[in-house]
Amino acid sequence: MDFNDTPQEAAFRTDVADWLAQNQLTDADREGRSALEIAKLWQRRKYEAGWACIGWDTEYGGRGASPIERVIWDQEEGKYNVPSRFFVIGQGMIAPTLMVWAQPQHKENFLPKLASGEEIWCQLFSEPAGGSDLAALRTKAEKDGDDWVINGQKIWTSQAHYADYGIIVTRTDPTVAKHKGLTMFIVDMKAPGIDIKPIKQLTGESDFNEVYFTDVRIPDHYRLGDVGQGWTAALTTLMNERLAIGGGGPGADVKLALEIATLVEIDGKPAIEDSAVRAKIADFHVLEAGLEYNGYRAITALSRGELPGPENSIGKLVGAPKLQAIASFCMDLLEESGIVWSDDNLLTSLAQRSYMGAPGLRIAGGTDEIMTNIIAERVLGLPQDPRLDKGIPFNEVPTGN
Amino acid sequence: MNFEFSEEQLMLREQARGFLKQECSPSVTRSVLDGDMHYDRGLWQKVAEMGWTATTIPEEYGGLGLGYYELAIIAEELGRAVAPIPFSSSVYLATEAIMAFGSSAQKNKWLPGLASGEVIGTLALSERSGRATAENLSVTCEDGLVTGTKTPVADGMIANIAVVACKASAGHVQLALVDLAQDSVDRTMVTTLDPSRGHASISLAKTSAEPLGEGEVSWSAFEALLDRAAVLMAWEQLGIADMALEQACDYAKQRFAFGRAIGSFQAIKHKLAGMYVKNSLARSNAYHGVWALASGSNSLQLAASTARVASTQASLFAAQENIQTHGGMGFTWEFDCQFYYRRAKVLSLAIGSERHWQHRLVSALQHNHANAA
Repeated sequence: MDFNDTPQEAAFRTDVADWLAQNQLTDADREGRSALEIAKLWQRRKYEAGWACIGWDTEYGGRGASPIERVIWDQEEGKYNVPSRFFVIGQGMIAPTLMVWAQPQHKENFLPKLASGEEIWCQLFSEPAGGSDLAALRTKAEKDGDDWVINGQKIWTSQAHYADYGIIVTRTDPTVAKHKGLTMFIVDMKAPGIDIKPIKQLTGESDFNEVYFTDVRIPDHYRLGDVGQGWTAALTTLMNERLAIGGGGPGADVKLALEIATLVEIDGKPAIEDSAVRAKIADFHVLEAGLEYNGYRAITALSRGELPGPENSIGKLVGAPKLQAIASFCMDLLEESGIVWSDDNLLTSLAQRSYMGAPGLRIAGGTDEIMTNIIAERVLGLPQDPRLDKGIPFNEVPTGN
Repeated sequence: MNFEFSEEQLMLREQARGFLKQECSPSVTRSVLDGDMHYDRGLWQKVAEMGWTATTIPEEYGGLGLGYYELAIIAEELGRAVAPIPFSSSVYLATEAIMAFGSSAQKNKWLPGLASGEVIGTLALSERSGRATAENLSVTCEDGLVTGTKTPVADGMIANIAVVACKASAGHVQLALVDLAQDSVDRTMVTTLDPSRGHASISLAKTSAEPLGEGEVSWSAFEALLDRAAVLMAWEQLGIADMALEQACDYAKQRFAFGRAIGSFQAIKHKLAGMYVKNSLARSNAYHGVWALASGSNSLQLAASTARVASTQASLFAAQENIQTHGGMGFTWEFDCQFYYRRAKVLSLAIGSERHWQHRLVSALQHNHANAA
């Protein structure tokens, strides 16, 4: 066991740090550009120098780096304020799905453009009638000549309003059990018949969309896997989703709590001297450090050739409620002024943003409850709940309103 | 970076698990719990023959000269087996104290016996309700004579020697090495909630002792000793936590109610998944803790406190919810659930409560925070 870099890893880290120092985004780069444009500029710069998606094979635009080199890259890049959220879905979840399930010409075409940031992708899975019970989705795909015709509705689709392509899970056979009648496709988001409506979230922002499909045509060669194999293909995406989402980027953390507890007072003394405050911060640190070292154990397993398993569901299951709890705690320390929303005050705005965003993280990509079921059933081997829809044709499954 | 034990270390784990399965079945723990003995002497001898008591002692003192990774692995297995032996007292505390503070004469005198298991050592710290501090210690050591009472002392009925924490100048402690086979030593058994690990009240009346090392030890150096023990204790607690979870899972799969295995109810499976999450985080923190201990990292205080708090919380939760999962049967004397429940609590208080280690953790965070600023 060694937590430090090996000589090769240290040399790699130096290369990475040098490149980042010489090529970091400047104020001039940011001037007059939207967040998406800045993200695309940075991604393109990395791609051209061979530092984009470094774990991918070189033929797809990567550099065949090891899992540990990926961690080193992330650690070093994380020291700079660079936007990455636009590419998490495409590079982290969809690309691994394409690598397994897409036809060779599509891998050659799409993967480099995912790596370079040229094209943005979205994931069209959830539906009004299929969220936690994803396999209950209803969007229809019917064969017509060499095409498939899509009708139905998706919901909670991040980035759909500016995505170039998406992957979509559809029902191709309603007469078999629900998991068996699904098929996955690539879909061109600019195709006729697609109507995208942003959803205003409780944060006031609109990251998600409703996406309506009316007679949208998809060529058969865009199919990912066999007809009826859509659930298996979707699991590839979902397993990678659990790795990609994790704790969910910058937000309220132990460092922030410590900073605020050092600044504010309780009964005339720094809050950090208060026993209850210390106990809470210690508990948060146990979670935060535990998740970090869990990640390193997972990376070590990956680098030994083991596949990422369902135990990785822990990252999001612990990370999202932790974010919510720390954010709430930080605001408590500020007493009533904790409610004042001020974009100028980084300390409070980070806590407030996290507080407002955390409920979404606890639901997106598998709710806390679904993640807990996954751990119980797939890690601990506990039996499934009896399911009333098990084994019966989808079109005979009882539905509510 | 490589955040996993080596092949050899993993083989040691397999070997240790197999050995304890054979030699420390639940009936061994139960017979100490039910009987008048303070530990299982036969198991102690076998464990010593395996060389476990000698793990980190240098070869020049009769030890194996192995590292803390190996000791952590053994600690976890002893936790899983709820072994009724004075391992933590003798190895993580007494042996470590002598290695850290003892003169070479003291090391020569005591370490070979501790390595072979012929000498059982312990640390005598607690004197009354509440945490012992440099300020409130009352046992004195004057001119090589120790006077006062320590209670409870883990494994105090069977220990041959004790490292006694004595009053010293402000911010210091005098560690006195006491041979307990003296007439002036009066030991009485203290009944605790885990009789499978005996405890004693030890009264000393001008008992001759040798000061450990050069003289007084700073309280912070003494706390650093406890940090080291905390990592190993965390591994032992982790073993308890994992066994309690495994037992609960096994029961939930085979116990039926309302026509189905109770493990299929979300109320049960979410509880067990919650145990798994706590155990996993505790394990990762314990990995970091043992790495910090073995590598001599200057982040040991933070790493050890984090591992200790995580394992304390995980083991207490797993032990209590294991009983809950078993329902009424879990509350019987006949079932083994009680072993984990008792031992988890005893270990969680052995070198300072959860609250104490939470404080120590945050002190380390504050220190890092101030240095970064």
